[in-house]
Amino acid sequence: MAGKMEPLMQSPMTPWPYRIQKVIRESHDTFSLNVVPKNSPDSMTFNPGQFNMLYAFGVGEVPISISGPQPGGKGMIHTIRDVGIVTGALHKLKKDQTIGLRGPFGSAWPIEESKGYDIVIMAGGIGLAPLRPALYALLDQRDKFGEIVLLYGVRKPEDLLFTKEFETWRGKYGVQVKMTVDTADREWRGNVGVVNTLVQRANFDPMNTVAMICGPEVMMRFAVSELKRREVPEDQIFITMERNMKCAVGFCGHCQFGPAFICKDGPIFRYDKVKQFFGIREI
Amino acid sequence: MKSLESILANHPFFKGLEPEYLALITGCASNVKFEAGQFIYRQDEEANSFYIIREGKVALEVCPPGKKPITVQTVSDGEILGWAWLIPPYHWQFDAQAVELTRAIVLDGRCLRTKCGEDHTLGYELLSRLLPVVGQTMEATRLQLLDIYGNND
Repeated sequence: MAGKMEPLMQSPMTPWPYRIQKVIRESHDTFSLNVVPKNSPDSMTFNPGQFNMLYAFGVGEVPISISGPQPGGKGMIHTIRDVGIVTGALHKLKKDQTIGLRGPFGSAWPIEESKGYDIVIMAGGIGLAPLRPALYALLDQRDKFGEIVLLYGVRKPEDLLFTKEFETWRGKYGVQVKMTVDTADREWRGNVGVVNTLVQRANFDPMNTVAMICGPEVMMRFAVSELKRREVPEDQIFITMERNMKCAVGFCGHCQFGPAFICKDGPIFRYDKVKQFFGIREI
Repeated sequence: MKSLESILANHPFFKGLEPEYLALITGCASNVKFEAGQFIYRQDEEANSFYIIREGKVALEVCPPGKKPITVQTVSDGEILGWAWLIPPYHWQFDAQAVELTRAIVLDGRCLRTKCGEDHTLGYELLSRLLPVVGQTMEATRLQLLDIYGNND
């Protein structure tokens, strides 16, 4: 008798239907989608730093880092900046609408390996999104780490993300949260200057520090220089690389970075493993 | 109460400086305090002060004609403010305004220039500390110019 046949194995290229459970406006051009699988809402697991491919039906697919949930929350949060056709289409979606999702893919931040170390998290722009789950994981085991420092830079004050959480991170968990903007008017009472300038102002033990950096590649290059100036060892610096990702599983080669594929071997790399390719304009 | 000399000795900018040079520099020093909102100096004014920030925050601003002032950099605890006292014609290029209560040691630029002229080793010591700050500021400015968080990134 013919019955409904289920595939033996899900192809990594096939998106699953996910329901948008919440849309959060984060800033003037950035929003978050909290999604749950339509078929099995409780079956989501991911590691901090991983990403999903989000599919806006009929428009296209984009790689988006997972930025949550917050501790105790449900779903997977994706924080997205509306800068292109697909992200623009995702921005128009509303609660209870459906998107396609493949993932999670990619490498994770070294949370377990960093126990006993001071942690410096450096984020530029929307780079704070993939670092937020790492921060949650660190704070979940706060006593296992030394100083935790968040250095965060954006273009203008209105671009800052997740600011409501900063006070909790500071007050409840003793995180050194330092932020800066590239330019501002007099209303802004905080720091002005690029994020790298905050490295000198932070209190941590360089030799016993693990640094996790996410932001535009140029920013990361200068961030690494600044950390090295303070004598943080290269093998304790982790960066996230970004290239044009298509398949997300190492089939297509679009995101090749030297001998590695960003989607499969990254996006998070230990700096000393990729430094020979870092900053080479042809790669 | 700490002496000016010990405050300077503990400031990151002068860390490790020979005591004899520290004593020479202290001869040019005095304590200053700026309330939030107070201007420390204005663009085009004569620049004869070198500020060693102890605590607080200072905004460097430019004011394009007909527009609101724009803050291009802030300096805070453990940093320095101003090097126009060292470079002819000794005029400030920006406005400097205290964002919050700021305490600093001010070194008289004319006094420093004279002492550096008399003792080139002191001049070299000062310049070798000042140039990395200038270099880092220039590096940061170049990065700001790239507008790395812009839409085209």
